Amino acid sequence: MSTSDVTKDGLQGVRPGRDAMIGVAAGRENGARASRRRGGERSMVPEAKFSSYYGKPVLNAPVWKAPDIAGYFFLGGLSGAASVLGACASATGRPGLAKASKVGAFVSISLGMVGLVHDLGKPSRFVNMLRVFKPTSPMSVGSWALAAYGPAAGTAAFSAVTGRMKGLGALATGTAAAFGPFIASYTAALMCDTAVPSWHEAYREMPFVFVGSAATAAGGLGMLAAPIDEAGPARRAAAFGAALEFAAAQSLTGRLDEPLSDPYHKGTSGQRLKISEALTAFGAVGSMLLGRRSRAAAVVSGLALLAGSALSRFAIFEAGMLSANDPEHTVRPQRERLNRNSANG
Amino acid sequence: MSSDNLLSSLLAGDTDPAANGGFTDHPPRMGFFTDTSVCIGCKACEVACKEWNHVPEDGLNFTGMSYDNTIGLGADTWRHVAFIEQRKPIAGQIAGVQHADVGSPAVDAAGSDLRWLMASDVCKHCTHAACLDVCPTGSLFRTEFGTVVVQEDICNGCGYCIPACPYGVIDQREDDGRAWKCTLCYDRLEVGLEPACAKACPTDSIQFGPLDELRERAAQRVEKLHEAGVTDARLYGHDPNDGVGGDGAFFLLLDEPEVYGLPPDPVVTTRDLPSMWKHVGVAALTMAVGVVAAFAGGRRS
Repeated sequence: MSTSDVTKDGLQGVRPGRDAMIGVAAGRENGARASRRRGGERSMVPEAKFSSYYGKPVLNAPVWKAPDIAGYFFLGGLSGAASVLGACASATGRPGLAKASKVGAFVSISLGMVGLVHDLGKPSRFVNMLRVFKPTSPMSVGSWALAAYGPAAGTAAFSAVTGRMKGLGALATGTAAAFGPFIASYTAALMCDTAVPSWHEAYREMPFVFVGSAATAAGGLGMLAAPIDEAGPARRAAAFGAALEFAAAQSLTGRLDEPLSDPYHKGTSGQRLKISEALTAFGAVGSMLLGRRSRAAAVVSGLALLAGSALSRFAIFEAGMLSANDPEHTVRPQRERLNRNSANG
Repeated sequence: MSSDNLLSSLLAGDTDPAANGGFTDHPPRMGFFTDTSVCIGCKACEVACKEWNHVPEDGLNFTGMSYDNTIGLGADTWRHVAFIEQRKPIAGQIAGVQHADVGSPAVDAAGSDLRWLMASDVCKHCTHAACLDVCPTGSLFRTEFGTVVVQEDICNGCGYCIPACPYGVIDQREDDGRAWKCTLCYDRLEVGLEPACAKACPTDSIQFGPLDELRERAAQRVEKLHEAGVTDARLYGHDPNDGVGGDGAFFLLLDEPEVYGLPPDPVVTTRDLPSMWKHVGVAALTMAVGVVAAFAGGRRS
């Protein structure tokens, strides 16, 4: 409905700001940026101009739902690292830690796979995941790895709990431990092998963030569920994971240029990553200082480590959603690359 | 050819996509050349596409974005006409001088400084199609015409193709869960018909044909427009050496691609996949060593 009238003296009651001036020539800034500024945030640096189509995203954002997919990234990491921890615990005569890790690995991968099937647009067709094998699709490779890993983790857990089928249990433990590191890391390739700028450009560090986070979570689970006198390796694995994740995350955010680094340290995703780091640091330090003395401290540290790992995956997931929905993330780095290339001849 | 060269030719650069897809004796690669300088924004392409392909209605919205209430490509929009109003005269055009011979967009002879850009967007049918590469079920496939099509009886709605597309083309149909996009009217091509959108286009803004011919025709058209003073005219997606190995559907634009909502320098995400797998491998090994070392390090307390 038009709110303006045409009169002899010209137009009356014209709504301002409706001239759709788009493009470099029109000097228009992006709509998302303009509304951000209305929110009160002022930048001292003159903002780089870029064009967009009415501030609409260039990409179609992932339709994956966070509880299913970010949840799977966490559960898959926990499971993969726990399988390695469990196998080593078996081999070094730590039955309590072995049982806790193997059961934890099986329960978490099962929950994770429920999430994966639930997230499908056609869950009844989940078996089509094993229709072909495609090395160009991390999801295809991951599906085949899961098909080998899941049953192995289940058999290892069954054998550890019931004490039956010891030979098969040992074989399954070895198989699960062999696939575990891949289960914990391929999800980074899956996520980064997209056009989502803040994910794709982070592909070098993301696998290290993911395995660090996975080791942290598995260590936390070990502390939580295993007797204190067996949990030493769990504490050290968690400390190792925390250090690796922290270092990889620092390197990631340091290397990415803005605006692609923004979701990792600004907004809700940035805030969640900070909380995750604090929880992980608290859990790692707490477990190393008090973990071997107090059961309560081990439990609290273990929970903090698990929560830190989960929160990190949800935050990184959210960062990608923000990146996909912001046309500046797609356009600016590409435009700058073109300008650089043409300047270099 | 070493395995590294073979891999990189499959993931980037100029190549014959149908041959890579396993077709030994195949027809020429077919595609679209969308010349936006003669688009009049009639949306006949949008309607023809919806009708022919039975694409369902996806909301009747008022956006305030010039004449565009379609917004963008998605599961239920396979052709999208963009409308852009600019306070900018057509480059090099002098009021009152006619360019009837090149059929350039009309401007007000009295010297209006408004130009109204229209462009019909569509799936690019990339030479290196990320959607196809990442599809875990094999639902997305390469046809003998070099185009990219979803087999809806196989798609399980995993959604991986959606963020993989650097152009924001393919999307999930909400009430159905599967991914949908332009098929370049695969059914029509197989019986020798041109796609519905090209058939319906009254100004031949959408031209369909063998990609080689279209690229030649497009180069001539740009040259003609430049001679006529329309220096803004440029091709987009025509170059087989760009980040996606060239588009099967390419465009003549009158402004920067991002003005039309197109990425200025898209790169197929799987170009970096070999490196991604290497990083994953090193990370997996790092974790394995780290966890094992956690056992070696200390005594049993």
